[in-house]
Amino acid sequence: MPFNETDLRAIGLTLRLAGTTMALLLVLCTPLAWWLARTRSRWRGPLSAVVALPLVLPPTVIGFYLLVALGPNGPLGQLTTALGLGTLPFTFWGLVLGSLIYSLPFAVQPLQGAFEAIGERPLEAAATLGAGPLDRFFTVALPLARGGFVTAAILSFAHTVGEFGVVLMLGGNIPGVTRVISVQIYDHVEALEYTQAHWLAGGMVVFSFIVLLGLNLTRRARLLP
Amino acid sequence: MHLSFKRLRRILGALTLTFSSLHAAQAADVQVAVAANFTAPMQEIAALFAKETGHKADLSFGSTGKFYAQISNGAPFEVFLSADDKTAARLVSDGRAVGTTLMPYALGSLVLWSPTEGMVDGQGKVLATGTFAHLAVANPKLAPYGVAAMQALHKLGLADKLQSKIVMGENIGQTYQFVHTGNAQLGFVALSQVMKDGEISKGSAWRVPAEMHAPIRQDAVMLVRGKDNPAAAALMQYLKSDAARAVIQSYGYGIIE
Repeated sequence: MPFNETDLRAIGLTLRLAGTTMALLLVLCTPLAWWLARTRSRWRGPLSAVVALPLVLPPTVIGFYLLVALGPNGPLGQLTTALGLGTLPFTFWGLVLGSLIYSLPFAVQPLQGAFEAIGERPLEAAATLGAGPLDRFFTVALPLARGGFVTAAILSFAHTVGEFGVVLMLGGNIPGVTRVISVQIYDHVEALEYTQAHWLAGGMVVFSFIVLLGLNLTRRARLLP
Repeated sequence: MHLSFKRLRRILGALTLTFSSLHAAQAADVQVAVAANFTAPMQEIAALFAKETGHKADLSFGSTGKFYAQISNGAPFEVFLSADDKTAARLVSDGRAVGTTLMPYALGSLVLWSPTEGMVDGQGKVLATGTFAHLAVANPKLAPYGVAAMQALHKLGLADKLQSKIVMGENIGQTYQFVHTGNAQLGFVALSQVMKDGEISKGSAWRVPAEMHAPIRQDAVMLVRGKDNPAAAALMQYLKSDAARAVIQSYGYGIIE
């Protein structure tokens, strides 16, 4: 067995974090992406830029600001304390919040692209056949955009698995709660446990390759009739 | 090619400077890898070193474990100031450092610290009361200060009781950050991090007695790459000077003769 018990806990936690983040992102980003794809509002540009920010910001910036904002003296920390949730750093849900922000563009952008690609015609056709706005969205837009959902799901899951800087700043390295695979690899390397590090790091390379290969194959399958 | 006279003169000037500094040979650069906890004192020491010897020390700060990996893989460091006494010795036995230059340069002191006034009492009794949500400790697997903190907690018989409240920083710098931002109410940090001009500048603290943990001995060593660099030898020598030691002590470190 190449993995010890803490490695396995890190793997389990990472999958749970990535799965939770992916599910929440798909729910939250669907209306957001729909709005971005169809609006003519002057807020479209600024909001698109905000959504894309995590692509260019160093994770340490996101992690640092979250640590400060979510701490007992930060505005969000005072809010969560007032709501009886306590402060979020060093908790699983704190990491979920960080991951939501960190992986946001990886969910929004494929969805937005898919919604934009539908165009007006199918929706107008559905409208002339008497479908209301909600009906049009659920029975026309969503099925037509399913490729975007597959891409968004895969990318947001994989990107969360690959998260390091935000977790490092926000997590506190608690086994089973905040110590994810990437932090575990870092610990192994720092502690000069290179064999252990290789197993996990090599595993990440294989995992990432398979994800991207799968993504490519699903895209191809969609292009074929 | 079009070169203005002014530009040409500037280039010539730079060339002359380069040659003259090569010629002098005493004034050289030395690449130094410094353990993160020693950041502030080393910056002061490097400034004094430059003023007194003319040599320039280029400082890189980071964790000891990462420096070990980098030096093992050809990083261009010439002097290494470790956060412990194991890693420098290991580099010697790997054949990457010069064994005869190995020496302790500082003895770390551990302190239980909170930015809140009155939170930590003079005997560390606050630990037993458990009136806090998080206690920050450097990861004992990676950081000597973390090892010392856990030893102190074991000595107090509180290690098991507080296990669920411990959050771990990857190094002593991150541990300090957890406490400083208030996310952990208190934590075990290096005295050097909270000490300025010989006193603890902010919050409340308990200086953990040295007999509660194994000594945090920090060793320096010259790396094989620095063997022929006079600036590297000069820096190793300078670390033992009275001026350097005064700086080291002003940050709350001890000195081993």
